[in-house]
Parts: sequence; structure tokens; C-alpha cells
Amino acid sequence: MNHDYQKDISGCGLTGLISRKKKRISGGQIVKSLCLMTDHLYAFHVMYDDPEVRWSVEDHLKANYKIEKVEEIPTAPVKAIPISPLLMRYFVSPLKNKLVAEMQPDDFVVETVMKVNSEISGAYIFSSGKNMGAFKGVGNPAEIAEFFRIDEYEGWTWTAHTRFPTNTPGWWGGAHPFTLLDWSIVHNGEISSYGINKRYLEMYGYKLTLLTDTEVATYMLDLLIRRHGLDIRTACQALAAPFWKNIDAKDEAGREAFTALRQVYGSALLNGPFSILFGHSNGLVGINDRIKLRPLVAATKDDLVYMASEESAIRAICPKPEKVWTPRAGEPVIVEFE
Amino acid sequence: MFRSLALPEYLATIDPVKCIRCKRCIQNCGWGVYSWGGDKVLINTSKCVNCLRCYHYCPEEAIEIRPNHTRYKPNACWGYNAIRNIKRQAETGGIPLTGMGSDLPYPILFDNLLIDACQVTNPSIDPLREPMELRTYLGKKPSKLEFVRGADGKPVLKTKMPPQIKLSLPLLFSPMSYGSISLNAQKVLAQAAHECGTVMNTGEGGLHEDLLPYRSNIIVQVASGRFGVNPDYLNAGVAVEIKIGQGAKPGIGGHLPGEKIPLDVARARMIPVGTDAISPAPQHDIYSIEDLRQLIYAIKETTGYKPVSVKIAAVHNVAAIASGIVRAGADIVYLDGFRGGTGAAPSIIRDHLGIPIEHAIAAVDDRLRQEGIRNEASIIAAGGIRSSADAAKAIALGADAVAIATAALITMGCTTCGKCYTGCCSWGITTQKPELTARLDPEIFAERLINLVHAWEHELKEILGALGINAIESLRGNRERLRGVGLDTQTLDILGVKPAGR
Repeated sequence: MNHDYQKDISGCGLTGLISRKKKRISGGQIVKSLCLMTDHLYAFHVMYDDPEVRWSVEDHLKANYKIEKVEEIPTAPVKAIPISPLLMRYFVSPLKNKLVAEMQPDDFVVETVMKVNSEISGAYIFSSGKNMGAFKGVGNPAEIAEFFRIDEYEGWTWTAHTRFPTNTPGWWGGAHPFTLLDWSIVHNGEISSYGINKRYLEMYGYKLTLLTDTEVATYMLDLLIRRHGLDIRTACQALAAPFWKNIDAKDEAGREAFTALRQVYGSALLNGPFSILFGHSNGLVGINDRIKLRPLVAATKDDLVYMASEESAIRAICPKPEKVWTPRAGEPVIVEFE
Repeated sequence: MFRSLALPEYLATIDPVKCIRCKRCIQNCGWGVYSWGGDKVLINTSKCVNCLRCYHYCPEEAIEIRPNHTRYKPNACWGYNAIRNIKRQAETGGIPLTGMGSDLPYPILFDNLLIDACQVTNPSIDPLREPMELRTYLGKKPSKLEFVRGADGKPVLKTKMPPQIKLSLPLLFSPMSYGSISLNAQKVLAQAAHECGTVMNTGEGGLHEDLLPYRSNIIVQVASGRFGVNPDYLNAGVAVEIKIGQGAKPGIGGHLPGEKIPLDVARARMIPVGTDAISPAPQHDIYSIEDLRQLIYAIKETTGYKPVSVKIAAVHNVAAIASGIVRAGADIVYLDGFRGGTGAAPSIIRDHLGIPIEHAIAAVDDRLRQEGIRNEASIIAAGGIRSSADAAKAIALGADAVAIATAALITMGCTTCGKCYTGCCSWGITTQKPELTARLDPEIFAERLINLVHAWEHELKEILGALGINAIESLRGNRERLRGVGLDTQTLDILGVKPAGR
């Protein structure tokens, strides 16, 4: 496992934008797009510390998936990034006979991600969505974008992240976003409850291998929304739970609902400073910790919604937004496609 | 006259110059150390237990209780206690009894654990300026919830929640029966529990009617003796606890000597006055986990499904036992470490059986998580919780709440002298003698216990604030925020804690 303390110091921050009308927004020139992916294919983006590891991962994939396409993730030579892991992507669908009993394809894909990331040393699946792709690495944001030729992609939701690594190592696998299926998380802050969030997720079969706190947010949303069936707002209210004094002041139904939410999902509470952007198939969500110890600003212009750590980041790409606001602590900004 | 060859432990001394012959020491000593000799106070120091009642009530500060420095010949193998115990046993042929938790110098792992704090990147939180939440619910939790959207778009709970015990902070009072402690001591616990938003536990001695006003702050206990158990009793509190074992005496039953059973205790226990109340070692209807399940559900049927707690002593195989208890339907597993206190236990049992609570919490929490049933029951940890720091560490290891008894008794004057089984407690705590129990004014001492609970509450909030978290559930099981010092690799592995520096 290669997680030497590579550090490129830049500021901490995140930015996201979404077109509510699902207009494709270019990362730059349109050459290639994520439309390679169709609704039944999952795209695994995998990084290999050691190219040799590739074969054991591919053996595993071949045994379990129909592989439609294999390729290296296109990159451009960038002077500041002389070395990188081997970066591959696979467009796959689970073999029907592997889906035993009631197992859904999504569950099968999650199992594969957990298995590869925890059992095959030096290989990391860092993107496993149908409709979502993640690109990440160690370097300055502009260099990473150039390296992955981000300007050649287009999508209706973009999130981005830059980091000044402090408490956990900066390494290729540990860069943001953290993704699973179509969940993609970028996060600024520190989750001080990580220890119990991790142990709680482990009880449900998640394996936390990426040495960083953000991973828990991704898996927690997968657990609460996809597996437990909570809607996005309720899931966000488990992650950044209202205070008891506010719950006690609600009407009886509200008190009952939120008391139970905290009783049952206490271990899912993300405690500590954070702002999180959470992209998924149906939209984009921004959320702060319950006492807003990290900044988060939102803005709208036409059908576009922007969210970022700082207003200046939004104004850099949208100089005249129609509306700019600071979401309140723990109150999610939920944007869905029209 | 028979004179024991076991050396007296303490030397009670009175400065004859300072002494004004007021005889308060004679009046205050429950053990009869002092008597009046016509012109001065006579001292029978072999009866002294160092409870310091006389010291505190001497108006002239004339009394000093010193350790007896007279010792047997130093011997690294045959220590003082080893020789003294043999002499006592040779004289009596009995099993030496003791009270309180073990005082032997076993390692206390809480003292080898340090708590994290925030610096720079994750801001600490000031509990005086920001909300800091300690509220704790004990009971079975479903693994997931279902909501429907109401007409106004707000979530409405569809899942039926099992009953929960609501605590203002993750701390409750351990079971201590009426009989082992005085009614006044129980009243102190009940009043403080009521005031602090927590619960006390009747122990196995039944329920005195004076405690009925506090029923929403009471857990009633069913132990092997079934003293005072009837449907009204089972329904009197917020929950029922089945006592399988006690940390200080795993594998043996309770023992209340007849001297501590006057009429009122006898009535609460539903036994004759002055008879020894000996609880059987096992519950005679529990010889398997299936039997336990039957009792749990019999109690639930009787109480309209109030939460049922099962209390066990922390023993070697505690993780597997706890898992069985959870699967048998318990809502709460109460773990009592071997350092836990007792009103009366053979010292050989107290000092040599069981395992520490720290290991037990870690092992049980791990096991329940591995089996995916941690949500099925809350864990109460007890047995040697001396401070809010111990409480925080126990919770970080995986407990939902801690229970205290010795600490609560200390607020009533207890000095942990360990002679609870004699029924002579000069502080009026572990005695039924009316002249002694009258010393413990429930109103006054409830205030002190309330002070203690509030002080720990503030300290816990400070600890959470330093950790940069504002709800107790983010500390619970969060072993990432603990580090071990001076612990071997295997112990660290069992505790699931990294060494300091990592």
C-alpha cells in the first residue's frame, strides 16, 4: 500500500454546480463525454500502485462481470505530475448468475468495491457509478484537471475539491471525491466522530480502507438512502441531527420522528466541522455540520445552482449570480433535476 | 478474654490534652471502639475500621486514626494480608467477608487510557457557549427506521419504537438493595435520580413504599432470591432488571445477614424478621439461555413490555454470554466489572474472580458489532467508575452509560472502609440500626449527590467540547479518540485502542 505522506499544499475548499434542467456543462472542449456509459453499465475507475496488481483485479472482474470495455483513463502529460498510479477504467455489468437470491446489482457492485479495496493490496476502485465518474490525484487542482483532461468531459453536475492535508495522509487514493455507485462526496473539514461512524458502518459490511474521514460520509449516505430507504432530507438530518432542544419544541409527530431518528442513527451523526457536497443521480446536496464550523455558500443563476466553501469561488465562474445565500447550520440545500 | 492474634489495622488515638470528654466519639462510633472509663475515653482499637466518623465529629480535633505500623517480619511472599487472613481464619474457621470493591493493586486500565483533544484543524467547542448534549436513551433500537411524509411534507414515523429509558446524562445509580443499605440511603439515590433526570435501582431487596413517588426514576430488580417480587413490584418502575451476577461476587448469590433485617426490611423482602437473606447462587429457574429468554418474556408480559435489563458479572467469556443475553431478548446488558462494590462478599471471591470492566466493555461491544446486533441492546458499564473521566473512557470503549454506586455512597459520608457487611456503618448508610440510619438526612445528602452528578455532567461536557463533538453519541464506541499508555500490544488489541503516538 502506497500512502507515503505526499503533500502538495493548497488551500482547502470545494465547489459544485448543477444544471437543474440537465443541460450538459462542459469541463472545457467537448471531445469525449460520459455518455460512454449507458444505464446498465457501471464504470469502475481503478488505480494500481503496482501495474502487476491489475491482473488479480481483472481476474476477479472477469469472473463476476460482463466487461464491455477496458481502457486506460486518458491522461495528458503534466510536468508537475511525473509519476502516477496506473489508472484504468472498466465498463461492466454484473453476470446474471452471480446475483444470487434477492441481491440487487448495486449490492453486488458495493461488495466488489469493498472486496477489492480491502483485500487486494495496491488496487483501489475509486469510482463505481453508472452515471458518474471520479477523477482524483495528488497535485494542484489545475494540474490534476489538466492531467485527467477534464476539459474534454461534460456532465450536468460537477463537484471539485482541493485540500491542504493535515490530519490524514495526502495520497492518490485518499484524494476527494469519495464515491460509491452514484454517490460522490467532496468534503471540507474533519469528522471528529469518525471512530464510531466507521465501526457503525462496519456492522453493515462496509470496509473503510482509504485512511480518511470523508469515506464515512459516502458509505453512510449509501447505507441510509439506498439500503435503509430514507429520503435525502431525512438522511441529512441523521448526519447533521437537530439539537434535542429543537426536537423537544416540535409538535408530537415531529418530536416522535426526530427522537427516533437520533435514537436509532446516533452512530451516523457526523460530528465535527464539515461542509459536504454530495452528488447523486438525481441531483446535488450541500450540507454543513450542526453548528456550521465550516463555510458553505450557495448561489443560483438561471437553471444553475452553485455551492462552494467561499463566495469568491462561485463568483470566479459566475460573476453575477441572481441569488447568493449562506445555508444555516445542519440545514441541507437539496437540488433536484426538474 | 479472647484476644485475636490478627494485628489491628488501625490505631485510634485521642490526644488527652485536647480531649474535653464530650463523649461524642463514643456516641458516633458504630463499632464500639470507644467507651467511657469514668474520667477518660477508653479505646478498643482492634474494632476500628478507619471510617473517620469520630474524627469528623470530634469538636476539638483530638482524634487521629493512624495505620498500625506494627507489622510482621517483612516477607516478599508472605505479605501482611496473607498472614493476617490466615490468623483470622485459624481463629474463626470461616470465610472472611468484606464490603466494597476489591482493594488489591490490580491494574486499572482506565489509568492507562488517555482521551484526545482538538487542536487547530478541528476546533474544540466551548460548552459554556454552545449546546452540548448528553441525553441518552437506553433500550432496544431497530436497525433502521421507516418514515412516511405527512400532509405538510414533514416526516412521520412509521416504525414502532421499542420502549426506551430516557436519561439526561449517560449515568445511573447501580443496584443497592434495601437491607444492604438503609432506606434513607435509598431515598438519597431516588431523590437525586429524580432531580438529575436519571434512575436508581432497587437491587434485590424489594421496594419500600416510601420510594413510590419516585417510580419514574426507578429500575426494579429480580434476583435469585426473588425478594419482594410480585406483579405490582415488577410494574413499579420504568424497567426491570434480572440480576444474574455481580462483579464483586461472580457466581455466588447475595448475602444479607439477619442482623440487617428488622421489620421494615423484612416486609419489603417478604421474609421473616432476623433471618439471613441468602440468595441462591444461580436463579433456580435459569439453567440455560432458553430459560433466561422465558424469564425475560414472562416479565415483559407482566409489565406490558417495559425494557428488561440483564445484569451479569464480567467474566472470562463475557462477550459470548452478552451476545446470548441480547439474542434472548434483553433490552439492556448491564456489565459489572470485578472491581465493582458489594455489601457483603467473601473476600476470596471478590479479590480473585472475574475480569476488569474495561476489557469486558471492549469485548462485548466488539462481539455485538461483529454479530450485527449492537443496536438490539444498550450496554451499561459498572464496577470501578471513579470519575467523569472513567465514565468518558468507558463510553468511548463502547458503553451506552455507566452506573455508579461507591461514588454515590461516598457523597453520603462513606470512606470505603469496606465493613458494610457488619451492619454497623457509622454513617448510617449500610446499616439498619435506627440510631445510625437517623444520621443520614435524605434531603441534605441528596443535595450532595446531585452536586456530584452535576459536577460530572459539567466535566463530561468539557471533555466532549475538547474532543470537538457536541453529542454523547459521537463519543460512544469512538475508540479512535482514546490512546493507550504503558499497555502491551495484546491489551491494546483487545481494547481496540492505538498506543499514544500513533
